[in-house]
This record gives sequence, structure tokens and C-alpha cells, in this order.
Amino acid sequence: MNVREISAAAITGAVKQAFMDLNYHIGSDILSALQTAQQTETSPVAQNVLSQLLENHRIASEEEIPICQDTGMAVLFIQYGEQVVIRDGHFEEAVQEGVRQAYTDGYLRKSVVDDPVFDRVNTKDNTPALLYTDIVPGDKITILAGCKGFGSENMSAVKMLTPSAGLEGVRQFILDTVHYAGPNPCPPIVVGVGIGGTFEKAALLAKKATLRPINTHHTDERYAALEDELLTAINTMGYGPAGLGGQTTALGVNIETSPTHIAGMPVAVNICCHAARHKTITI
Amino acid sequence: MNIKKITLPLTDDVISDLHAGDSVLLTGTVITGRDAAHKRLYELLEKGEELPVNLQGEVIYYVGPAPAKPGHAVGPAGPTSSYRMDKYTPALLDRGLKGMIGKGARSEAVIESMKKNGVVYFAAIGGAAALISRSIKKAEVLAYEDLGTEAIYRFTVEDFPAIVAIDAYGHSALAKG
Ligand code: SF4
Repeated sequence: MNVREISAAAITGAVKQAFMDLNYHIGSDILSALQTAQQTETSPVAQNVLSQLLENHRIASEEEIPICQDTGMAVLFIQYGEQVVIRDGHFEEAVQEGVRQAYTDGYLRKSVVDDPVFDRVNTKDNTPALLYTDIVPGDKITILAGCKGFGSENMSAVKMLTPSAGLEGVRQFILDTVHYAGPNPCPPIVVGVGIGGTFEKAALLAKKATLRPINTHHTDERYAALEDELLTAINTMGYGPAGLGGQTTALGVNIETSPTHIAGMPVAVNICCHAARHKTITI
Repeated sequence: MNIKKITLPLTDDVISDLHAGDSVLLTGTVITGRDAAHKRLYELLEKGEELPVNLQGEVIYYVGPAPAKPGHAVGPAGPTSSYRMDKYTPALLDRGLKGMIGKGARSEAVIESMKKNGVVYFAAIGGAAALISRSIKKAEVLAYEDLGTEAIYRFTVEDFPAIVAIDAYGHSALAKG
């Protein structure tokens, strides 16, 4: 097997750049969805909110400042090619260093506390980032990087449905979760849904779904149809941009699925705001 | 769209003329505070101790700004979710707070206290942080510097864009869904 060497510094540099970029520049999928919504909304308040969001993206991108002050927790889904060997350092440390440098040098907010219950002391560099690594064939490293704000993260939920709940149970749980979130997660939102696997797998799939461009669909056309149907249903709820009423409560619904156990049908709903920030890099 | 220009501090007259759904531009000064600062203020009140800031007549903005780039008064500074402050809010309204700026829904207890104390709750647009920061001209730490982004700041704002989400009569512009 051929081995490819990559320096730890190259990983740090690429991760740093990715987190700065994704915090300043929103994806074209979100931009065009916001533009479309602005044209279809009829209420002046909703139109006004959407034009402010579009203006916000323009300013952030032009001035290279964060789209939102909540620059989130850093989450990385990594496909690590098994032929890669890291020179002069360790992979995970190199990634954490990239996150640290992005949040420090890139004027991003440090929003991570060291202990969840007792101390809650800010780590001051936004680490640790959360890494989910798959080992894959090949000599490349592909990283799907995202930052997750907690206004929307707090509105997320996992439920261990059982098979008899069926499609209707899945649909109901997703809609209930969005309904419960209401105006809080900075609508218009992106809804990431993970179905199948185990308790934690469903949640990971849901997170990954929020990081998928919203102009894409599940490869199985039955789930693709469910994505469209849920989006329509959510947009009749009436929360609208900023929760001030309107037809655009969500910009997209992305579903990811996985095989599961004969006795189970876990469903996770990860709510993301319109600031759905992500970037894929290959090293 | 009709936009009301408001000069801070808020007077009772101005508050009585604000109605759910009104678009406003705020000019003057506001204080900031979010989860950690609220917890500290609340604990001081519970112990009957003095607060490090005088809340009388103030507007509080629920925000934890990003760091400022050189040449900027403040980094991106959009609102954070207000419901997390709900537990502490009635006690602060009883101490003279006249306005709040945040995003999302409030509890019944907060709305009752707003009616009792004649307080208005504004929504700023969540996620419009870069845009909003342009209306913040100056930021200085007032208290709890150790909390970093969660410290209590005084912001000087000019034409800060917001919408009356819940007015002092308890009427709400937030969609019920
Ligand atoms: S939910 Fe999203 S847009 Fe709203 S404040 Fe949090 S990160 Fe920003």
C-alpha cells in the first residue's frame, strides 16, 4: 500500500481556513432560498426580515466578519483515507489547533465551556471541536466542517419510535418538534432529520443532514418525497421569518437514513437556523 | 413600511404608544446581558445585595457579541433566545427595567410582569448579527468583565432595527403557529 504523508501543519491550516470561510460566507443554496422566499412572501414584515438577512449575508461576506455572533461549536465529519500518515504531529491535535486558530485569529466568538454542569468556565478558544471520523480507502482526507449555534441546537430532539409508529409516527414527531421550536431557533430554519441506526446514530445522521446543501435530496425517492412534503407542511405553520409570521418557516428539510434494529425506529430532529454554515474540504 | 424612531431611555409615554408589530429604530444606550449575567444579578437580588448596574429605566439587550475586528466598535451582535432569561426576568422588571431586546417567545409570567411594570419586549432579527452591529457605535464593559462575551456592556446605538414583539399591554406579534 502506498503511503501519503501530510504534515500536521497542512491540516491545521486547512481547518483554520475552512472555519473562517464558513463563518463569513453563507452557501449559495441558502442565499437563493432566501431570495426565492423574499419573492414569495406576501407580508411586509416577512419581506423586511428576509431582506435584512440577505443584507446581513452581503455585509458579512464583504467585510469577512461572522454572519452570526453565535459562531457555534465546531463539528467535523471526517473521511480519513487509510493511506494517509501524519508527519510532525497528530491528526486530532492538528484539527483542534486549526479550530483554535480560526476562532482566535478570525474574530469568531468563543462559546465553549469546559464542564457542562458545575464549572461552566469558557475554554477561551472554542475547543474542543467535535470530531466524527470514518476510516475509508484512499490517500485523501475529506472534512465536512460545520459550526452549530445553540439557539437552534436547543430546539432539537431524539425519540425512540418503535416500528408500529410507521411513517405517520415519523412525520408527526418531526412536525411536533418544529412546532415546539416555534419562533426560537431563528426561522427560517433548516431541519435535519436522522432516521434509523441506534440512539446516537440517529442524532449524528440528523446533524449531518443539517450540513447537507438544501438543494439536494435523499437518494431514495420515497424519502425525497417526504422531505418535500414535510417542507410544505412546516411552511403552513405560519411562524415565518424571525417568528413574526409568514410562509417561510423552513428553507429545507434534509433526511438521512440508516439500517436499524428489528425492534426500533429511532428518529432525531436537529434544528438549524438559516445560518446553516458548512464547508467541505479535501486534503 | 412605517418605522418609528425612538430615542432612549424609554419613557412611559413612548412605551404606551408602542404596539405589537411596530417596526422601530432605537437610538441612545442599552445595556447587555445574557445567561450568566442574569444568573448573577438574580442571585444578588435573592440575597438582597446591591446590583453592579442600576436597572432603572434601562433597556437590556440579550446578546453575546463576537470579538470586534480592528476598526469596529463591536463584533457581530445579534440577539440570543429570550426564553432562557424568563426565569430571572420578572425580578429584574420589578427593579425598573423598561425594555428588553431578544428573539423568540416569552413565558406567561414574563408577560404578566411586563403588563404590571409597563415594559416592552422588542425582537431583533436573529442571525442578522453583522447588519445589526453596524448600528452599535460604542461598547464598554459595565460589569462582570470576567464573563467575556457574556459580560454586561453598555452599547451606544444609532437606529438599531427592531420590532415590537410584545407590547406593554401583553399583545404579541409573534406567530402562534
Ligand atoms: S440560532 Fe443561528 S442565527 Fe440564531 S443566533 Fe443562533 S446561530 Fe445565530
